[in-house]
Amino acid sequence: MTDSKYFTTTKKGEIFELKSELNSDKKEKKKEAVKKVIASMTVGKDVSALFPDVVNCMQTDNLELKKLVYLYLMNYAKSQPDMAIMAVNTFVKDCEDPNPLIRALAVRTMGCIRVDKITEYLCEPLRKCLKDEDPYVRKTAAVCVAKLYDISSGLVEDQGFLEQLKDLLSDSNPMVVANAVAALSEINENSPTGAPLVELNTNTINKLLTALNECTEWGQVFILDSLSNYSPKDEREAQSICERITPRLAHANAAVVLSAVKVLMKMMEILAGDTEFCGTLSKKLAPPLVTLLSSEPEVQYVALRNINLIVQKRPDILKHEMKVFFVKYNDPIYVKLEKLDIMIRLASQSNIAQVLSELKEYATEVDVDFVRKAVRAIGRCAIKVEPSAERCVSTLLDLIQTKVNYVVQEAIVVIKDIFRKYPNKYESIISTLCENLDTLDEPEARASMVWIIGEYAERIDNADELLDSFLEGFADENAQVQLQLLTAVVKLFLKRPAHTQALVQHVLSLATQDSDNPDLRDRGFIYWRLLSTDPAAAKEVVLADKPLISEETDLLEPTLLDELICHISSLASVYHKPPTAFVEGRSAGIRKTLPIRQGSTEETATATTSTTANEATVIPSQDSLIGDLLSMDIGSSVAAPPAQAAPTSSNIDLLGGGLDILLGGGAPDVAPPPASSNTGLLGDIFGISSSPTLYTPPKTCWLPAEKGKGLEIMGTYSRRNGQISMDLTFTNKAMQAMNGFAIQFNKNSFGIAPASPLNIGTLQPSQSLETGLALNTTGPVQRMDPLMNLQVAVKNNVDVFYYACTVPIQILFADDGQLDKRFFLTTWKDIPAANEIQYTLNDVRGTADTIAAKMTHNNIFTIAKRNVEGQDMLYQSLKLTNNIWVLLELKLQPGVQHATLSLKTKSTEVSASIFQAYDMIMRNA
Amino acid sequence: MIHSLFMINSSGDVFLEKHWKSVVSRSVCDYYLEAQRTNPNDIPPVIATSHHYLLSIRRGGVHFVAVCMEEVPPLFVIEFLHRIVDTFQDYFSDCTESIIKENYVVIYELLDEMLDNGYPLATESNILKELIKPPNILRTIANTVTGKSNVSGTLPTGQLSNIPWRRTGVKYTNNEAYFDVVEEVEAIIDKTGSTVFAEIQGYIDCCIKLSGMPDLTLSFMNPRLFDDVSFHPCVRYKRWESEKILSFIPPDGNFRLISYHINTQSVVAIPIYVRHSLSIKSGEQGRLEVTVGPKQTLGRTIEGVKLEIHMPKSILNCNLTSNQGKYNFDPVAKILHWDVGRIDVAKLPNIRGSVAIASGANTTEINPSINVHFTINQLAVSGLKVYRLDMYGEKYKPFKGVKYITKAGRFQIRM
Repeated sequence: MTDSKYFTTTKKGEIFELKSELNSDKKEKKKEAVKKVIASMTVGKDVSALFPDVVNCMQTDNLELKKLVYLYLMNYAKSQPDMAIMAVNTFVKDCEDPNPLIRALAVRTMGCIRVDKITEYLCEPLRKCLKDEDPYVRKTAAVCVAKLYDISSGLVEDQGFLEQLKDLLSDSNPMVVANAVAALSEINENSPTGAPLVELNTNTINKLLTALNECTEWGQVFILDSLSNYSPKDEREAQSICERITPRLAHANAAVVLSAVKVLMKMMEILAGDTEFCGTLSKKLAPPLVTLLSSEPEVQYVALRNINLIVQKRPDILKHEMKVFFVKYNDPIYVKLEKLDIMIRLASQSNIAQVLSELKEYATEVDVDFVRKAVRAIGRCAIKVEPSAERCVSTLLDLIQTKVNYVVQEAIVVIKDIFRKYPNKYESIISTLCENLDTLDEPEARASMVWIIGEYAERIDNADELLDSFLEGFADENAQVQLQLLTAVVKLFLKRPAHTQALVQHVLSLATQDSDNPDLRDRGFIYWRLLSTDPAAAKEVVLADKPLISEETDLLEPTLLDELICHISSLASVYHKPPTAFVEGRSAGIRKTLPIRQGSTEETATATTSTTANEATVIPSQDSLIGDLLSMDIGSSVAAPPAQAAPTSSNIDLLGGGLDILLGGGAPDVAPPPASSNTGLLGDIFGISSSPTLYTPPKTCWLPAEKGKGLEIMGTYSRRNGQISMDLTFTNKAMQAMNGFAIQFNKNSFGIAPASPLNIGTLQPSQSLETGLALNTTGPVQRMDPLMNLQVAVKNNVDVFYYACTVPIQILFADDGQLDKRFFLTTWKDIPAANEIQYTLNDVRGTADTIAAKMTHNNIFTIAKRNVEGQDMLYQSLKLTNNIWVLLELKLQPGVQHATLSLKTKSTEVSASIFQAYDMIMRNA
Repeated sequence: MIHSLFMINSSGDVFLEKHWKSVVSRSVCDYYLEAQRTNPNDIPPVIATSHHYLLSIRRGGVHFVAVCMEEVPPLFVIEFLHRIVDTFQDYFSDCTESIIKENYVVIYELLDEMLDNGYPLATESNILKELIKPPNILRTIANTVTGKSNVSGTLPTGQLSNIPWRRTGVKYTNNEAYFDVVEEVEAIIDKTGSTVFAEIQGYIDCCIKLSGMPDLTLSFMNPRLFDDVSFHPCVRYKRWESEKILSFIPPDGNFRLISYHINTQSVVAIPIYVRHSLSIKSGEQGRLEVTVGPKQTLGRTIEGVKLEIHMPKSILNCNLTSNQGKYNFDPVAKILHWDVGRIDVAKLPNIRGSVAIASGANTTEINPSINVHFTINQLAVSGLKVYRLDMYGEKYKPFKGVKYITKAGRFQIRM
């Protein structure tokens, strides 16, 4: 006898039949009828018409019947609110029942009925049940509070249920504690402010940790998740939490394991100073993560997505576990792709041989997506592990020999990247690539091949023929290929102008006249103009050195990564997006961040205070801006008209964007030179060779006349063509002539010293003399306080005068401050988080590109630019003359006047001055 | 947490739905069905739709799709779905579409007991069984006669105790405790026969039928073998940490006590080898020869050997003779199954013959691979040995038994 009998119907119609059975006098018949109703409900049939009849069966001693009726009520009460009221009395009565099972069942069902009128009656029973003597009822009631909050948050707050729920955190029964935690975290999640309702403190944490050992596996997940929101007050506490959580790593439930991993990852951030402890913890983390990979494929997938984050944050944990990520033939494709990704992240010189032979194996598998990704992975290995490049290239060549169409195409795309990473190293293989020209039918592969031909046009004898053959079908090509063709032909012309003039004219006319793609036309026009006005400049632009590409292009932003580490084991970790980006109604949610380590908060505080203290003396006011611009002319080889010294943002955008495309997708880091000629827009942009000019603060009065016995010294610092100098204006306000000038510096933080004697002759009364004093940084070093303070002594025939001035730190930014992308990332990770300092820049104007350009003038180099959730992130580096590297991350929000600057450096003393410099450059340059 | 659950069969029909909060329209499953249509074997376990998240598992041809509306730990949901399936299997001995359909009401009641408002309520099978009695013929008849139901009216004792996995008052006339130490060898072997990767995934499954509240300790001769262990919640972690013994009050009946992982500390012995040669040239007849033999088996016999050879696409058919076992070739999936059985060391199983190749096919493109299945009784390939089992807390003398089995996990040979 099975439940399928509940589906047999008669001709009269099912509902009618059921109705009469429900109203039967026989108990047994009634129960069977309700079962039929439930069975129809489970398959999605609408049986709401039977509502009054089913509710009539509610008052019964038979628990099974009662349960079934309750099941029905939960589903249909919403559609029949007036009828549902009929049930209230029974509920209230059941809440007083001596049997705890019935009490719990009643309060549980009431919470599921989302009808306002019923909710009103729920409060009293719920209050009683929260204090029930039976823990089973208390535990059920705790969840009911969360249900009620979902229906009416106001009611929960007004009736003081939250307080009662918080009291349950100290309950003697661990299941009750776990459910209270779960309910509180759900309420938190849904609360409009997103602010935590319960302040976690050492006391509550201890209770949670005790309950953790005794409650069910699901309760453990809830408790671990709320523990991960707690920031311990010191390292000792963090350590003890870790010790009490570690046993959870041996739990059979994968969810418990992963939640424990989350808490431990977060605590490790706090304990980063204690390398020994972190080391042992890392060792303990690896085996459970590996074990997750031998579970069901669904668990594997989620685990792999999380491992992907973990290896980015702490590559050490799994560095010896490469082999477990080797792909098996019968893994589902979603597992295969994730494993491949992690293999590349773990690839290093020590295991590259193994990885490559695996990848080669994968490249002959059946699944096309997987094969493509495997081929790409070989390319990424070549770029990531430099010593292996040679082997990777030969592996790729082997794969090209297989002549499998999509393998060949994919291989050509990655070989292009290898060429960009290691220029002039593997050109010998070009001929092999050219053999496969005819088989390429995917735009990306065709574009890559065209790029290779253009780039190495001088070495491919028949480059012109090859490109010409592409031009025949120009109109049918994908836009990507058209753009590459245009650039490649121009490159060819610039490299081998002899016989290619016709070709270039052909392609230019194709691009500018026959195409309706604006990008293509614009690029065509730019080339045309360039070639016709100044071929030399064209050469410089088109054949300029390309920025190197690095392998870590697919790494997550450090800040995003940190946020995601806080969300390990959640959906966010599967999507690799912060929850605010995809969970509905979470706009008000609080973004989680990794805890900041001890001490660094104080540093930030001092940094900001000292900034404000210095601001008054250094930062020029708006009205001195003109003076500043004028003083910039002096000594500058190119006289830039003041009006154009600050180029309009549209110019820069065009330039940055355009070059970006020209260079095949590299980061725009070409400094826009100040424009001077007047041959129209294009001329403006390209007309001038670039010589970066530094933002020079306006002169300030260093020595007022009344202190200098009539001698007034105004001065500022500047740097031109890499030479630092002090620009001084001496004014004689006394009645007699002055002579015999000499200058000397005290020891200072950066060893700044005059490189030449002061070159001033006699200064007549009321005469002003301008002079530039060249400086070097090889003088004696002594740390000054404030850091950038420089004490100067000036002697003349009258007396010796002393004054102190502040050196703007940007003059000490070295020309070679550009870090390789890869170095940037590794250095960023190497510097402990304690050395990270944040600062808010106010009054920010212009787009990320204009700001990046501004910064480049001042030797602050933009390494990369990303756009995350509408925010522009600029990653910048600079180097001081004494070889201190400073790494910065600038977060810009369009339309917002302030920006967040995060700085990481090994010597945090310089941070305050750097923030000042940023402020100064931002406002003025 | 978990908002709703849909059960879908492999032809894409939703045959059961259960909602723990408000009702979610079953049209949400369309996203899942879409993925099912495009790739029936590789449906991503997490699918995001505009308002919901669909987390799914597939067991026995039934797709279990959980619908969530807010941020949840996906593993929590997936583990829970697995638990649901385990419970059904426990109740109905299997979990297929027809069995679910036969037991709609019990299943509905079970689901309602297991989750409240999307939060797990009771997932231990002993508690559930006290609340809702598993159906059996005798009880069904008795219920019909007496008018009783299979839903219990009292609160299960285990529900709130510190050992929710065991109820009080268990009684057996024969007190028995059986332990199966099962080890699965997972390996990738390359063309030349050398091991690319190998590990042992082991577990100890118990069948414990002991009266009262027995407290057991199980110790090993060589507990240092384990690289990683995961325990049933009944195992006391502290004792394991300090003494490397398993101390626990067991659940009643069948359960998995511990699962473990061995891959780094010791070299994993590979018990079987497969010698293979496949020569194919386009336009000709190809030849295939495969021989299976024992490698490191410590004198035990390898049984239940099955080979699953994934042939290149260009192979049309096979004409083979084997000295042992049956073979068949699936020309659509291009899989050659060879059911070898026992390996006799004196006469190694061998299969050979010719293969027909599609003319003009590119024969360099795909590397075939072999999946191997085998079992070896009375051997734990890692060398793990149970030292002794002691019982405290009860006076009777139980019957104890330990069995060792080694199996192939995902054991793959590249050709």
